[in-house]
Amino acid sequence: MNIVVCVKQTPDTAELPKISVAEVTSGDIKTTLVLNPWDEFAVEEGLQLQDRFGGDVTVVTVGEEKATEALKDAIARGVQSAVLLSDPAFAGSDAWGTATILAAAIKKNGPVDVVLAGKQSVDGNSGLVAPGLARKLGATLLTNVTKIVDVAGGKITVERQLEEGRETLTASLPAVVSVSKEINDPRYPTFMGIRKASKAQIPVWSLADLDVRAGSVGQTAALAQWTDLRKPAARSSQVVLVKEATVEATAAKLADLLMAEKVI
Amino acid sequence: MSILVYIEQFNGQASPVSWEVLGKAKSLAGQMGGKLAAVVIGNGVEAVANEALTYGADVVHLVEDASLAAFRIEPYAAVVEDLVKAHSPKAVLFPATTRGRDLSAVVACDLGAGLAADCSDLAVDGGELTAVRPVFSGNMLTTVRFVGPLAVASIRPRSFPTPEADGAAGEIVRSGAVMAAGDIREQIDSFEATAGGEVSLTDAKIIVSGGRGVAKDPELGFKLVKDLADSLGGAMGASRAAVDAGYIPYKHQVGQTGKTVRPDLYIACGISGAIQHLAGMGNSKIIVAINKDPEAPIFQVANYGVVGDLFEVVPALTAEFKKRL
Repeated sequence: MNIVVCVKQTPDTAELPKISVAEVTSGDIKTTLVLNPWDEFAVEEGLQLQDRFGGDVTVVTVGEEKATEALKDAIARGVQSAVLLSDPAFAGSDAWGTATILAAAIKKNGPVDVVLAGKQSVDGNSGLVAPGLARKLGATLLTNVTKIVDVAGGKITVERQLEEGRETLTASLPAVVSVSKEINDPRYPTFMGIRKASKAQIPVWSLADLDVRAGSVGQTAALAQWTDLRKPAARSSQVVLVKEATVEATAAKLADLLMAEKVI
Repeated sequence: MSILVYIEQFNGQASPVSWEVLGKAKSLAGQMGGKLAAVVIGNGVEAVANEALTYGADVVHLVEDASLAAFRIEPYAAVVEDLVKAHSPKAVLFPATTRGRDLSAVVACDLGAGLAADCSDLAVDGGELTAVRPVFSGNMLTTVRFVGPLAVASIRPRSFPTPEADGAAGEIVRSGAVMAAGDIREQIDSFEATAGGEVSLTDAKIIVSGGRGVAKDPELGFKLVKDLADSLGGAMGASRAAVDAGYIPYKHQVGQTGKTVRPDLYIACGISGAIQHLAGMGNSKIIVAINKDPEAPIFQVANYGVVGDLFEVVPALTAEFKKRL
């Protein structure tokens, strides 16, 4: 079985509040960059599928040269093969542009059965690349997957979490699967893995290596443009501490206050 | 047609956020100078279409077929795409539920339209739709502007008030499936519904959440949290610390890697208020913090606070509300 895991390099979630508007606008984010936390589950699921069904796992990302570090993180966890998709022409792509680049790279890589991705990135938060990729590849789309039950006979069966409950769904291959945090417990990079990753020579594919029309990706092709990037207004609340003689009296006072706020 | 709104229904019940979006779209369509249309897809869902009329849709496209009885992405997308091609709206809006986000993405990608996902506000500027969405996990906001003739957006639950239902002056236009049943590449094998009566976190007006503070007896702690939520008709949430410790399933998690919520009242019990948690609930109208540690960061965003043991304060509060409600 051929598995491709699509990942993104993102800021460390703990440092997200420190990022300034200017850093995002210039593209020069100075915080620690990591493998997108949601993508750790996709990498782990790729490795588990390989254990269950055999085959190859390739991890790909679109980004600048520094994004190699996210690929190396995946290699350190056990992925054998990685490709960086990098070209100045890719910069500023929206989700559809990114999906176009990834789809072309996946096709170049060879036949694929399952493409895995995290639910969304912690920076863009849109969760659109996986659906876009499914359409560009002509693959089926399975999102918010909490369990891959089976892959057999040209089909994949998964469980996914929806607002009203848990659905079991069977779809034809190839499939693009975006995974939820519940699907597994990601393994950590191992010492041997980190050594291997540090020595890995990761191929870089540019626009010229891919069957992608110049002008169909990058900033100028973006159909949804971010404008007026800003920090949200800080919550201006001065806490009113409620303290009465007994816990019962405190509860009664708090209930009075909340009923006066008309939120109950 | 200026705006088309997708009304999500499950077993003949529309999701509340669908009406919130339709209500907002009514005023936007007025500003854009065109009619407001809604689409309801399913089988035997005429009641939902009628409801859409009462919330102000000028036209409701009721698309029914046995193959559309349950949501499946490709046949549903084919229906919406067909309507867009036939009527050329300037914008298509979706509720940002799991299915709504998938559907919006496939439709926008297929039609070559820009998409703003999981938006918190919408406006019309110079006759064009603009959409506000949180990015960087709630740490920044951006206003999305669309390039091209069609704009697509999905909107978070509780971004807009539920509109008032009034006279139904619009009309229902019926049609059937667009994709042949035999071409559908997915099948639903089974569905296990969430326990009855459980309120969805993202739709909840009141949320009571538990955190690491339940550690000395997690089972009792979350029972107390749930009792308080139940006494208020609210939903139960949790911090990542509580989920990671295995006290409670992930579906209850509020925060950066869980759900983003916007209730009228959020009661945080034994939650310190890590920045990742605040990212998921900081837009709540009123926040109450119950925590033993007076230095806990949660008190800096709370409107009301009780410094005390949740194992004592929470049941006292439940008893108080049971008396009054």
